[in-house]
Amino acid sequence: MSTKDTSDQAPLIDIQNLTIRFGAQTVLRNITLSVSRGETLAIIGESGCGKTVLMKTIIGLIRPTSGSITFDGQSLADLNEKQMTQLRMRFGFVFQGAALFDSMTVAQNIAFPLRQHNIRTPSEVQETVVKRLSEVGLPESIINKKPAELSGGMRKRVGLARALAMAPEVILYDEPTTGLDPIMSDVINELILRTRSHNPVTSIVVTHDMRTATKVADRVIMLYPLTRLERDDPQILYDGTPNSIEQISDERVTQFVHGEARTRIEEMALGIG
Amino acid sequence: MTPGAETTAEKSGLIAKLYLWLVNSVADIGAIALDWITSVGSVFFFSMQTISWLITRVPKKETLLPNFYQVGVRSLPVVALTGTFIGMVLAVQSYSQFAHIGMQTRLGGVINMSLVTELGPVLAGTMLAGRVGSAMAAELGTMRVTEQIDALASMGSNPIQYLVVPRLLACLCLIPALTVVAVFMGVVGGAFYSIFILDIDAFYYWHNSRSVVGLYDLFSGIFKSLFFGIAIALLGCYRGFHCDPGAEGVGRAATAAFVHAFVAIIVLDLFLGILLIGIHKMIWPAGSYIF
Repeated sequence: MSTKDTSDQAPLIDIQNLTIRFGAQTVLRNITLSVSRGETLAIIGESGCGKTVLMKTIIGLIRPTSGSITFDGQSLADLNEKQMTQLRMRFGFVFQGAALFDSMTVAQNIAFPLRQHNIRTPSEVQETVVKRLSEVGLPESIINKKPAELSGGMRKRVGLARALAMAPEVILYDEPTTGLDPIMSDVINELILRTRSHNPVTSIVVTHDMRTATKVADRVIMLYPLTRLERDDPQILYDGTPNSIEQISDERVTQFVHGEARTRIEEMALGIG
Repeated sequence: MTPGAETTAEKSGLIAKLYLWLVNSVADIGAIALDWITSVGSVFFFSMQTISWLITRVPKKETLLPNFYQVGVRSLPVVALTGTFIGMVLAVQSYSQFAHIGMQTRLGGVINMSLVTELGPVLAGTMLAGRVGSAMAAELGTMRVTEQIDALASMGSNPIQYLVVPRLLACLCLIPALTVVAVFMGVVGGAFYSIFILDIDAFYYWHNSRSVVGLYDLFSGIFKSLFFGIAIALLGCYRGFHCDPGAEGVGRAATAAFVHAFVAIIVLDLFLGILLIGIHKMIWPAGSYIF
């Protein structure tokens, strides 16, 4: 077996016994998870279960309290500032609210990572900006607009175009369809699928939209808030294909999948969860 | 139960309550102290990171210019106005005291000495802590809340190097320059009021100013403002970076940036004042009439 075969089979992202604590509050506990190259993984779960925290930890924006994260054979804990910067250039992050720089135009936003790392000439940068915009279905006429002048769906797509600018190996989507109308949500889902078919990328999609999870993902994991779990319960309730999640008998999973309140109002009144 | 036993039970209940209150108070004071020490450590660590980035990499021109414009050009009118009025107010307030003993020409020395060494730098610093420090905290706080700082980091830029270093440099270079403007306008305002409105003889007014205010005093004022500038930038940026979520968080960050910078300015003013007088005495033990 060649070395290349071995590296292809090894998981691209490997998380071992990850625990994240903010002060006295534990958000993630003993998470073990691996993501293969080329896979699209959806992380689902209700608000506050630690989905976004998990994704920010993968890219090194949050440091683990304990446990380890390995990306392409490199442990994140061993990397210095410069190596971490190099590593982040292999990622694209689509933020929940797009997180566009509001002092810059659309073109400057998309060009930002390219300019920061001085890897293209100005004309190449301009070319990439236009190309990425057309990939996410936006006209060239908006390049001089400020983010405040765009609609929510447009901002999300500019955010995706910016994440794609560096042609990343891994794209992390944080709640890509939250706050959008059903049609625009499906546009984003289609773009996630299209991005994957055009580029050999690994994707992690954090969402609480079951339609997104079933449409775009090869694999789904469901996280549960620690405040609702007993001391030794695993935090990952489900790890499998999007189709077989329907067959799961775990009440907690079916409640989320079907979006049922059940006794939540009474529980919340009692201060549980 | 006998009445005596009831009183004893009541007493022990009261003692228990008092004990609990005391323990809680000590715990609260301890928590506040711990919180304070943690945030001082955190500000120190943040400052060290900023300084290390400042030394290792020169920021790009496109990040420097907007900050220099915001801090320098946009603050100029308000700083000049503040300076002018401080000078005139000093003239108004001191005149009656000095006129009483027929020493109104001494006003020049008093006004200009206070302006150059104390009031100019401190009031310009306070003004700029409100204008520049709060604006930095609000802007960076909004960037933190809307995940723009995370976005910067996710694209392989260091947020401290990209956002804090240019702001620190702008304050470091321009707050002393603005202090010079405030002092100059104060001198002009004070002289205008004294000479044209209070009818003090111009020749003696300037003559007394020259004999009291030396170059070392001017240096003291500018030297202090250098530290005020550092404090304003670092505290403003720190508050923005550690902003709580929501509009309330941003508002609190902006207020905290001003209050902390103001406290830092008056504390630094005292200690730098002691240091500068000490140095002056060390160099010129018999006093200096030139510097």
